[in-house]
Amino acid sequence: MLTCREITDLVTEYAEGNLSLLDSIRFHMHIGMCRSCRRYVRQVKATAGALGLLPTPEMPPELELELVRRFESWKRARG
Amino acid sequence: MDHHVEGKWRSCAKPENIERLGMRSATKTAGDVAGAPVAGLDDSELVRRVRAGDRTAFTGLVRRHGGALLRLARVFVHDEAVAEEVVQDAWMAVLEGLDGFEGRSSFKTWLYRILANRARTRATREGRTVPFSALAGVDDGAPALDPERFDDAGAWRDPPVGWTDETPERLALAAETRAVMESAVAALPPAQRAVLVLRDEDGLEAEEICNLLDITVTNQRVLLHRARTHVRQAIEAHMRGGSRC
Repeated sequence: MLTCREITDLVTEYAEGNLSLLDSIRFHMHIGMCRSCRRYVRQVKATAGALGLLPTPEMPPELELELVRRFESWKRARG
Repeated sequence: MDHHVEGKWRSCAKPENIERLGMRSATKTAGDVAGAPVAGLDDSELVRRVRAGDRTAFTGLVRRHGGALLRLARVFVHDEAVAEEVVQDAWMAVLEGLDGFEGRSSFKTWLYRILANRARTRATREGRTVPFSALAGVDDGAPALDPERFDDAGAWRDPPVGWTDETPERLALAAETRAVMESAVAALPPAQRAVLVLRDEDGLEAEEICNLLDITVTNQRVLLHRARTHVRQAIEAHMRGGSRC
């Protein structure tokens, strides 16, 4: 039987799908019975998911402009 | 390549010039005439058009990947101006190498590898960073979560409290939790931050992250685990009443 502490150690491997079949079964058995660990796992997953929803940084407009300018020189050099 | 560009492009970055070239902020693309025709095209089609000298296709690629590329550059170099230069170098290398790009990997993979190589070269040359493979071993000591939260049998002594909302959408949308996450990520040790940004913010596969950062699979997993644990903990501390983490 996995302990709560072991669940918190394995949660990323679980969420990433890296657990062996046996560990996966043991993991599910524990969280099936333990409300706190269920909550913990849910929170870790929500955190990872939320990070993916953070806005992507914006390209500074000057940088875009410079890239276009460079593109034009590249194009000219190509002939 | 010309070497006098610095001053020149700083001076031409006035709003009216930006308008004239059809270059506007990536967030304002709605109704943007220049951006619209390429929005629905995939990368390989845009690459094909760039080869033929199509500027709109080039700006389309830059807008699609530019922000994420900048975020990747920041993983390698701390200085913002240097990060922008690395991005610029990378795009130039893309143009120079475009004819050799055979599409065996996706454009994004190719682009990220070019950036990572440029950034690494740059960082090494300036002696600013050590390789991630070296950093990866360093913060490997302490357990990710405070052992005091468990009793001797490994059961919760201090269990997690419920959050007002435990969905990714609400966490990311609420300005407060978003700020908490962003500062928690910024405070992570570099190798942890690198892996977290690439895996969770950018959504790259683990294998690709190992390639880009030149770290082992085991390192990647440990770093991701520690990073996620820290960020969850920062949110928990916030939910518990603003105590600092």
